[in-house]
Amino acid sequence: MNITVDGRTVPAEEGQTIAAALHADGLRAWRTTRVGARPRGLFCGIGVCFDCLVTINGRASIRACLAPARDGDVVTTGGER
Amino acid sequence: MTVYDIAVIGAGPAGLAAAETAAARGARVAVVDAAEHPGGQFYRHRPGDDGSRHHHWRAFTRLRDALKNVDHLAGHRVWHAEPGEPHTLHCLVGHADERPTTVRAQHLILATGAHDRSLPFPGWDLPGVLTAGGAQALWKGHGLTAGARAVVAGTGPFLLPVATGLAASGATVHGVFDANRPDRRVLPLATDPARAIEAAGYAAALLRHRIPYRTGHAVIAAHGDGRLEEVTVARLDRDWRPLPGTGRTITCDTLATGYGFTPQLELAVHLGCALTEGFDGTPVAAVDAAQATTAPRVWAAGETCGVGGATLAIVTGALAGYAATGARPPASLLRRRARQRRLAAALAAAWPVRDGWKSWLTDDTLICRCEEVPHSRVEQAIAAGARDTRGLKLLSRTGMGRCQGRVCGYAAACLVGAPERPDRPIAQPVRLGDLAAGDTAPIHPRAGADT
Ligand SMILES: Cc1cc2nc3c(=O)[nH]c(=O)nc-3n(C[C@H](O)[C@H](O)[C@H](O)COP(=O)(O)OP(=O)(O)OC[C@H]3O[C@@H](n4cnc5c(N)ncnc54)[C@H](O)[C@@H]3O)c2cc1C
Ligand code: FES
Repeated sequence: MNITVDGRTVPAEEGQTIAAALHADGLRAWRTTRVGARPRGLFCGIGVCFDCLVTINGRASIRACLAPARDGDVVTTGGER
Repeated sequence: MTVYDIAVIGAGPAGLAAAETAAARGARVAVVDAAEHPGGQFYRHRPGDDGSRHHHWRAFTRLRDALKNVDHLAGHRVWHAEPGEPHTLHCLVGHADERPTTVRAQHLILATGAHDRSLPFPGWDLPGVLTAGGAQALWKGHGLTAGARAVVAGTGPFLLPVATGLAASGATVHGVFDANRPDRRVLPLATDPARAIEAAGYAAALLRHRIPYRTGHAVIAAHGDGRLEEVTVARLDRDWRPLPGTGRTITCDTLATGYGFTPQLELAVHLGCALTEGFDGTPVAAVDAAQATTAPRVWAAGETCGVGGATLAIVTGALAGYAATGARPPASLLRRRARQRRLAAALAAAWPVRDGWKSWLTDDTLICRCEEVPHSRVEQAIAAGARDTRGLKLLSRTGMGRCQGRVCGYAAACLVGAPERPDRPIAQPVRLGDLAAGDTAPIHPRAGADT
């Protein structure tokens, strides 16, 4: 199955989280912080730190490390502040 | 609406053992768990996994089979636990399609586990720096390698499976750096044959992959332009201060770092459970000999009442399952708990966190990643009169961000010299619309918690 990430097609496996699909695609950061514009991606990997936030199908501030990827999911990054 | 006899929160080793035991005694049981798949942190696996990568896979498949006799409510994040008759768990299900729901039960067993405990150091928020458990979760849950060139640093025996997992996933591991120098004479591994065998297995794997294992060393800084490129490793004195002239850099794209674990206590606090000091002196849920908390009809098991590994979690989970169904536990189970607790205490004593980590900080090292609060601002807040983590939060915003101080809480507590406070009335982020929805109750902190 595939998801789109900022308009780009990214493969995802059944049972993978959005963060795992981004990581497997080589991405290590997909958001910048509000104050210092610091890049952030995965840190805790289990839903604790909120570093990995993305927008999925229009819904903002979702932890990519918890959300299972579903075929056709539209992910936008960088919108989290 | 269904009212369960027992709702178990958490489907890790503790929660699964509790559910198995309670269901075997005829109770109507729900297992409420945030994850999509059962197993918690220890038995994290890929769907369709044959278990070949896992220790204790047989124990897991037995526990998982017991889920057939209960309602497994997967993907349910409990954001508030409301005490009552019955107790009410306010949950969120789904992510992009999130919706609220509630679960009611006469008795609760809290088995919410723990998360990695992090210490801050310069550059720890660079992409490529992961918690040790996070790196492990990528491998166990997804079969992914965290990176190509990895370093593992922190303290405790957990660093070993993380390093061998990274190596098995294809990463080159340039070293495991444990800040402690556990004394071999008091090394408690030898007192537990199962763990001694496991430790020997990891030692062999480190050798096979040519992974250097250094005690008394730490990663004291991470560097890179927008992502991790190298780390500085230094030798430490007994108090964890870097010894001058011992720093060297290692090129890497991944650092897995962890200094132990912090129990997740929000729900216990919602329910009014008293807290006490765990094996390492940090807060845990207080329980009696039957795993009962101080709150009526609420039991706790696993890392919620002290970080002690999967075996202790299973044993305490089973004990809670007996107690919550009014049954007497077998004496052998009580003996196993006593032994596992002694072991956990010995492990905590052999792998403490020493104060010298504070000397790794520079003025601009972030303490709170969410609100981007540097060390200098924390020091200013303390100078201005902050005496506990609450004061620190008000004066510097430390712990005020999205993670509610879960990541920085331990460090902040050490810096201000007061205990960590796991009081978070909302355990998971909730949208205003869901809060206003009819079936959710008003949220208020535990009565008498804070003024
Ligand atoms: C990321 C990570 C990886 C780890 N990997 C290993 C390892 O490979 N080997 C090892 O020996 N030890 C590992 N550990 C240590 C581990 O915590 C224990 O060995 C063991 O898993 C503890 O069992 P438990 O049942 O107490 O808790 P856990 O296994 O942590 O299970 C707790 C469960 O509760 C659920 N939960 C928590 N809060 C809520 C909530 N509000 N709503 C709904 N559900 C909730 C969680 O989703 C989780 O499934 C790891 C720890 C972490 C944090
Ligand atoms: S990586 Fe920490 S919440 Fe997702």
